[in-house]
Amino acid sequence: MTDIPARSKDRPAGSKTIGVLGLQGDFREHIEKFRSLGAHTKDVRRARDLEQIDALILPGGESTAVAILEKSEAAKHIFEAIKTLGEEGLPMWGTCMGSILLAKDIEGSTQGRLGLMDITVHRNAFGPQRFSSETPLAIPALGTPDFPGVFIRAPLITRAGTGVEVLARVERGIVMAREKNLLATVFHPEVVNDTRVHEYFLGMI
Amino acid sequence: MKTNGHIETNGHTKNGQTSKTGTTLVKRAFPQMLKGGVIMDVVNAEQARIAEDAGAVAVMALERVPADIRAMGGVARMSDPELITQIIEAVSIPVMAKARIGHFVEAQILQALGVDCVDESEVLTMADEENHIDKSKFEIPFVCGARNLGEALRRIAEGAAMIRTKGEAGTGDVVEAVRHARAIFGEIRKLQSLSKDELYSAAKNLAAPLDLVQDIAATGKLPVVNFAAGGIATPADAALLMQLGVDGVFVGSGIFKSGDPARRAAAIVKATTYYSDPSVLAEVSRGLGEPMVGRTVASLEERELLAVRGL
Repeated sequence: MTDIPARSKDRPAGSKTIGVLGLQGDFREHIEKFRSLGAHTKDVRRARDLEQIDALILPGGESTAVAILEKSEAAKHIFEAIKTLGEEGLPMWGTCMGSILLAKDIEGSTQGRLGLMDITVHRNAFGPQRFSSETPLAIPALGTPDFPGVFIRAPLITRAGTGVEVLARVERGIVMAREKNLLATVFHPEVVNDTRVHEYFLGMI
Repeated sequence: MKTNGHIETNGHTKNGQTSKTGTTLVKRAFPQMLKGGVIMDVVNAEQARIAEDAGAVAVMALERVPADIRAMGGVARMSDPELITQIIEAVSIPVMAKARIGHFVEAQILQALGVDCVDESEVLTMADEENHIDKSKFEIPFVCGARNLGEALRRIAEGAAMIRTKGEAGTGDVVEAVRHARAIFGEIRKLQSLSKDELYSAAKNLAAPLDLVQDIAATGKLPVVNFAAGGIATPADAALLMQLGVDGVFVGSGIFKSGDPARRAAAIVKATTYYSDPSVLAEVSRGLGEPMVGRTVASLEERELLAVRGL
């Protein structure tokens, strides 16, 4: 959104409107978090809903289902419009499924994606739901204490390009990364009480 | 190492703190990711692929779809593990599977097979007419059916991480799903209107734990995700339940007992996302071919009703 004046951490949350992709998934949890921090939110299900937002959230959900829905007559290939905004610098944050949508490469899959971020993801890297977990994460950018990471059939980031800053990792791979205006977390900050990642993202706007 | 029903696995983080699997948070968060989506009944890998390609957020593996269980009769059990494994291998979306009410060994087998969620389901023949499975002992989440708030809260107290309306499965008649959704939301609104000292009696009348009743009176919502199921056969049926306030829908016989399953499945997926937009609903409802023939719930004999199993 090029018509929006200079973004800075000093901009109050109340002046920011966060679009949340609402095709499917836990988008309401993100909406509640941002509202609790004083920001405005907007449910995005069609290309026209992308107008007048300062940032976009790609929530948790099922990436194959969302990639199919975006092609529907109603969504009118919303991925193309999102991709353009991402290239223009609109801040975007993908959680779990959202990180898959952001990735340039998805191991072993040709499914639809935005392909904005120079990372490779491995879908469902931990296996079935019985291996989903709560794992405390050391995230230097958020300070102490550790962040309560909730991983639900989560992907892992297995490659980060040269322009990508790795913000957190576990033994087997990267779990949080940033490339300019794009943030990816393979865990779900929207389902825990800790709001630090949401505040970090507001700081990117 | 098993402690408090949780499995402690080796720590993944550098600082040596352990990660925990099977916690209430992890089990309740799984269905959160399915919200706004459609979960489809499938009996084999081919149907599972059709469901995934249509945009299902998960598939439900079972031996026979409810309409066939009605037609054929006999004991309905957990699906053959071989078929479940084939379904798991065929798709990348989560795989759920049904176990009989109270049959905790079927549930143990399903967990060992690697299914993502167990449906302790009244659609199958009951294995225990008194007790449901103690779901808190399992590492994976369970979904259970409910006709009203009391049933929903009893299942949640037993450890269910997701609730669905029972509806009346295998009929293609949405009337019971509507009744159950309205009952649950109506009873929640009623609790919100009560004063604190009236909640003790309310809990007694609901036959539900007091702490859950108090929690709902304060928040105005169930502590777990709530889908609709039982009789949904058209995009309009799915949108009706979404407008009534459920978080997503299960479609059983409605898809693979219809004339053009792939097309109908895709249409129900779109209707579930754009449930409040009648112009989209009109578009996706066009030319879907034959719906499942169905049976009205009013025409069923008392003994044919599935929703009265496991209260």
